Amino acid sequence: MYPEDLHYTKQHEWVRVVAGESVVGITDYAQQQLGDIVYVDLPRAGTALEQGKVMGSVESVKAVSDIYAPVSGEVIEINDALATAPEKLNQSPHADGWLIKIKLSAPDEIAGLLSAADYEKYVAEEETGH
Amino acid sequence: MAAETLKTTALHTVHREMGAKMVDFGGWDMPLQYSGILDEHRAVRSGVGLFDVSHMGEIEIHGPDAAALTDYVTTNAVAKLQPGQAQYSGLLYEHGGFVDDILVHKVAGDRYFLCVNASNQEKDYEHIAHASRLHATVEFASDRYSQLAIQGPRAIATLQKLATADLAAFGYYHFVDDEIATIPARIARTGYTGEDGFEIYFAPENSEHVWNAILDAGQEFDIKPCGLGARNTLRLEAGMALYGHDIHATITPLEAGLAWIVKLDKGDFIGRAALARQKEHGVTRKLTGFEMTGRGIGRDDYEVYVDGQPAGWVSSGGPSPTLNKNIGMCYLPAGYSKPGQRIQIVIRNQPVEAVTVSTPFYKRTN
Repeated sequence: MYPEDLHYTKQHEWVRVVAGESVVGITDYAQQQLGDIVYVDLPRAGTALEQGKVMGSVESVKAVSDIYAPVSGEVIEINDALATAPEKLNQSPHADGWLIKIKLSAPDEIAGLLSAADYEKYVAEEETGH
Repeated sequence: MAAETLKTTALHTVHREMGAKMVDFGGWDMPLQYSGILDEHRAVRSGVGLFDVSHMGEIEIHGPDAAALTDYVTTNAVAKLQPGQAQYSGLLYEHGGFVDDILVHKVAGDRYFLCVNASNQEKDYEHIAHASRLHATVEFASDRYSQLAIQGPRAIATLQKLATADLAAFGYYHFVDDEIATIPARIARTGYTGEDGFEIYFAPENSEHVWNAILDAGQEFDIKPCGLGARNTLRLEAGMALYGHDIHATITPLEAGLAWIVKLDKGDFIGRAALARQKEHGVTRKLTGFEMTGRGIGRDDYEVYVDGQPAGWVSSGGPSPTLNKNIGMCYLPAGYSKPGQRIQIVIRNQPVEAVTVSTPFYKRTN
């Protein structure tokens, strides 16, 4: 269920590493936990992100959740479609519902992220309440 | 958070089996959503939805002075009720703040049935029992009732299949003691969604039978089981107050726009003197509806500014699925509470534009 080519964080973001512009999003588990997503607040293009720091927020009907930058780098592009169709995050979190494209400033950080298998195991532990 | 420490309703296992996402709601493990808040919200606006609201409390007052006691502890005029009629009312402290907001049902001249908020029920019981110096018995009856809400334009068609009484024969805020799927039940035409609908009360041991019978009866109308998430978005659109948010111990009914449930001329009641004084001097703050004009969602407890100065707070706010806007209610100085006032809601340290509007945000047309 979690694509093998993505790298994951324990805060439920993912990164797809592409030369020049990597893609960042939130995971299927994250969107399920949030429920119907109605609003997404993203950093502007040009913003310098630092790994682990809040880069934006996503709001469901019920609640607001921060999104943390899974890697450091400069925001190149944001997914404008989410402004009018935030439900894409529920429908396609690992593809159409991507959040931002980013130019990595510390590619070494990728090695510290979780593989799909490790992330799936982590989520299973979360769900059973540890 | 250990689920064992939370209180549960008789339908707890059913909710879990049906895949509801559960949430700790004031100490109760309750369904937040089944298919999704937006989906459930739309079902209630266009068809019918079924809610387990058995966490709500029930208090019964009976005896020769039941009417006098009920009248003394509540703000609305109990004397105006006919048997089989219900009214929205307030339980107040002497200082005029809310102990709770409640529904008073007149079962008979010497028997009243109160539906109260889940997290307030013990406090409400103590409050009423303490006030009683009359010939009336106050009974904490929550353990004897499950409560389900059947809400939406198709609620009556759904429930009529299971009732023997003619449900169209009694209007909004009336009730009848009848049965649902052969189980004795109190059927009240009340609700917390802004739609037509019913709230039914019956013995907890029959909960699963009644729940399933209603889901079956509503199948042809695409009935959806609904959680507290949709209950909140529905009541917000309808401009209905939520205890602990829009009203609480330091808010009076006059400030909350609920002067219509306060009958100062009915005789003495707890909180009357404070409200009479407040009415004479005028309220300084008022619960006011708003909608966002800038990008963002004003949510509970966010600060409200007027002309760059702190002026109040959001008591309830969120997206409106029906209106496709972000709406809410906030407390503002009385001078700013007229519709059309520009305000700013502080969202993550940024003031975002909003404008005050009249409530309810949504009014049904059917």
